[in-house]
Amino acid sequence: MIDWPLVSVIIFLPLIGALIILFIKEDELTSINIKWAALLATLGTFILSLILWLQFDYSNPSYQYEEKFRWFDDFNFFYHVGVDGISLFMILLSTFLTPLCILASWNNIKKRVKEYMLSFLFLETVMIGMFASIDILLFYIFFEAVLIPMYLIIGIWGGNRRIYASFKFFLYTLLGSVLMLIAIIVMYRNTSSMSIEFLQGNYFSYNTQLFLWLAFFASFAVKIPMWPFHTWLPDAHVEAPTAGSVILAGVLLKMGGYGFIRFSLGMLPEATEFFIPLIMTLSIVAIVYTSLVALAQTDIKKLIAYSSVAHMGIVTIGIFLVNQQGLEGAMIQMISHGLVSAALFLCVGVIYDRMHTREIEFYGGLVQRMPLYATVFMIFMLGSVGLPGTSGFIGEFLVIVGAFKFSSYVVIGAAFGIILSAVYMLYLYKRIIFGTITNNKLADILDINTREKIILIPLAISVILLGIFPNLFLDPMRLSLELIITNYEIANAK
Amino acid sequence: MLNNIYNIFFIPEIFLACSSFVCLLFGLFLKKNAFRQTSNLAVFVLLLTILLVYYDSESNFANYKSLFSHSSFINFFKILALFGSIASIIISKDYFLGIKLKNFEIPVLFLFSTLGMMLMIASHNLMSMYLAIELQSLSLYVAAAIKRDSISSAESGVKYFILGALSSGILLYGFSLIYGFTGSMNFDDISFYLSKYDNLNLGLIFGLVFVMVGLAFKVSAVPFHMWTPDVYEGAPNSITGFFAIVPKIAAVALIYRFCIVPFENFYLEWSQIILFLSIASMFLGAVAAIAQSNIKRLLAYSSIGHIGYILIALVAANDDGIKAASIYMFSYMIMNVAIFAILLSLKVKNEYLINISDLKGLSKSNPIVSLSISIIMLSMAGIPPFIGFFGKFYVFIAAIEQELYVLSILGVLASVISAFYYLRIIKIMYFDESKSEGIINFQISFQSKIILSLSLFVIICFIFYPSLLINISASLTI
Repeated sequence: MIDWPLVSVIIFLPLIGALIILFIKEDELTSINIKWAALLATLGTFILSLILWLQFDYSNPSYQYEEKFRWFDDFNFFYHVGVDGISLFMILLSTFLTPLCILASWNNIKKRVKEYMLSFLFLETVMIGMFASIDILLFYIFFEAVLIPMYLIIGIWGGNRRIYASFKFFLYTLLGSVLMLIAIIVMYRNTSSMSIEFLQGNYFSYNTQLFLWLAFFASFAVKIPMWPFHTWLPDAHVEAPTAGSVILAGVLLKMGGYGFIRFSLGMLPEATEFFIPLIMTLSIVAIVYTSLVALAQTDIKKLIAYSSVAHMGIVTIGIFLVNQQGLEGAMIQMISHGLVSAALFLCVGVIYDRMHTREIEFYGGLVQRMPLYATVFMIFMLGSVGLPGTSGFIGEFLVIVGAFKFSSYVVIGAAFGIILSAVYMLYLYKRIIFGTITNNKLADILDINTREKIILIPLAISVILLGIFPNLFLDPMRLSLELIITNYEIANAK
Repeated sequence: MLNNIYNIFFIPEIFLACSSFVCLLFGLFLKKNAFRQTSNLAVFVLLLTILLVYYDSESNFANYKSLFSHSSFINFFKILALFGSIASIIISKDYFLGIKLKNFEIPVLFLFSTLGMMLMIASHNLMSMYLAIELQSLSLYVAAAIKRDSISSAESGVKYFILGALSSGILLYGFSLIYGFTGSMNFDDISFYLSKYDNLNLGLIFGLVFVMVGLAFKVSAVPFHMWTPDVYEGAPNSITGFFAIVPKIAAVALIYRFCIVPFENFYLEWSQIILFLSIASMFLGAVAAIAQSNIKRLLAYSSIGHIGYILIALVAANDDGIKAASIYMFSYMIMNVAIFAILLSLKVKNEYLINISDLKGLSKSNPIVSLSISIIMLSMAGIPPFIGFFGKFYVFIAAIEQELYVLSILGVLASVISAFYYLRIIKIMYFDESKSEGIINFQISFQSKIILSLSLFVIICFIFYPSLLINISASLTI
């Protein structure tokens, strides 16, 4: 095993990169240095996080690479980080997407490059830190600190309604997470412990659990987002710059799912059992409703944003089935959605950089001019639809298999949503890519360049890899998920 | 025991009182640079006083023990107030010279007011409490009106004086009722007398309520907050800085000690009042600040909101509450020092900054300054990882320890509302495009720069080593 603090290095490497960038003076010539510094820091982080995966002990369901230091003298708060099967891929997703984001912003961010890169590096640190923390207070600090860079990214480099979107994003998510703070303190008061690992038992009375569950729900349902708490998402996605949308869809939404697995399932099993019908209803409404809404969108980014809500509906169904297939499916669906929706936003970014519009009407017949683009877009579009062989299929399939054990109504709802997702994605693809070029402005649009290939091809490979060898991803997480399910069943059997 | 008569000069308050007179004379006999020299001397005096407080120099002189008490809580707040007043003298020096307000009396007024605050914090007797409050208020009335030729400054001084005098009257009436019904002025004696009874009689309840009203006025808790925005707005910026930073510390310590020491057994009676004050302050502070365009009024409402959170910790009334209040007060002082250090050095078109909208474009012309303001604002809003979050966090821990669930949920909701106006400042600096760049001028003296960097360092780095402050505040006894 590794005897140096690998997880902490991964968490704080981007921050160190940010500190270095802080001391580079920004002007026309040096902005390229800033970009390279940011790229190197994030790539270094990604490579280090691969070590996590390579050295990961598949037979250990609990935390690995643990580091624990006393942090507060008066309370049992620790700086306690580690990785288990659930957080491993969330961390990998963050470290994988951030360098791609830096690359995607290479040319289209022209103003305030320094602040931009600082925000992204800080964001990466807090994202990884959040997934890696085993102490709830540490988790909370990272969870809320995410708001700061994201607020700036949307507000400074966003579109026309960026101010509205950034405030909505910030206040909406803050409202959810402050209630979680109260819940965390109540948990601490009852158990005198802040360790996520310790609290995975069943320590709270039934009524306390219900209260705590609602407080956590407020926070995670906004974050993931579930219908009807999703309204911040389309605004934030549409107004954010491409890289901002990528991180938002790719990682930040997963914070909600991750939180549900860790806190609701892990710590509050009896309350979860009580609230499962609520979650299922909301999820099915979300899937069907947002799919229909997506169908009616005229803005590409907004369409993908609504499709995210629908996909996260599948995730919440999977999580709250609380069986092996459901949870594995939810995890795979989260990873898959992280890759696919990130890639779709990057694809939108490609044509947005060239034409500066996201109206579907504007485009048409891109395949004539951009064959390579049409190909990669197709891979991601099919990934989003859930075609066998892509990552989306594995997730949706597992969730539906799991749902059969629960209720066939849920299966019908989820399946209906999957059909609708095929409808709106294929319809979108048809309108943008196929046909002949009717808009003269598109006549000399260029196909994707080397930089964009470097961004999109790794994503395409990983989408297909996940679709063909899901076990590569399922094996490390299996035992950790089993542990949660066992705990859950023990608690509810009483 | 008092072996040597000279030892009384090492009682911090007596030392400060004597030194203040020395400062006054010193300024009087200086021909030039009187203001600057007196300020420097005042800072020096305050530093010495901190040392005296830190080394616990006290002697039993005459009736001292029955008038003033002595505990770690008191010393902590005294040191906090002294630091606040040092910081505000240093950061306001250049501002006073800039607006050509060079009366050497200003630092002396600050000294006297600080003396009043130290006595307030320590007072253990209704009479000494009243005199201490008057000493600090009178100095502040004059300070608010110090810019004689400015109508707004005079107005704020008069307004502050009239309302302050009214509240002092109410306070005094409350004292007289308490004295009349318990027959004692000393906190211990009152507490002893009250311990014989299960309920407060009507006269004592009236007395308690009147005193609460007077104290609520001093900490500017809603609904007795009306003077705060107006006085903040009218007074010269540096005086506003002093108002925001220091007197609140003393008033909060006083309201804590008054509630917890003599009326410890009548928690239900006073906690209802504090509960109401707390909720009202949090929400009014949050909502009223949204519409402000003047940064000083905004900070006034923000301070009202902060007082609401500190009062939550008082409602909790346990050891955690005392700890939370001291941590919160510390973070409040640091954040206000930092923001005023910046405000007192920012000039827009050669005028000191007043309108929030003038901050537009600051992020381009002065990226470091705007980053600092953003950090302070986020910290005030209670967003981790900055110190303001930990202040709120400890307050909520104390509240939940006492099972005050509703109060804590209301508290976090108010903090979400207040996040809006803090974010608005960041929005103006970063998101709004400005056409006229470079009209904002940031000039800061070396000393203020040190103060500013230190307080920013504390705001940012508190998270890495919280135990230093937390261990101190955990050991405080009231």
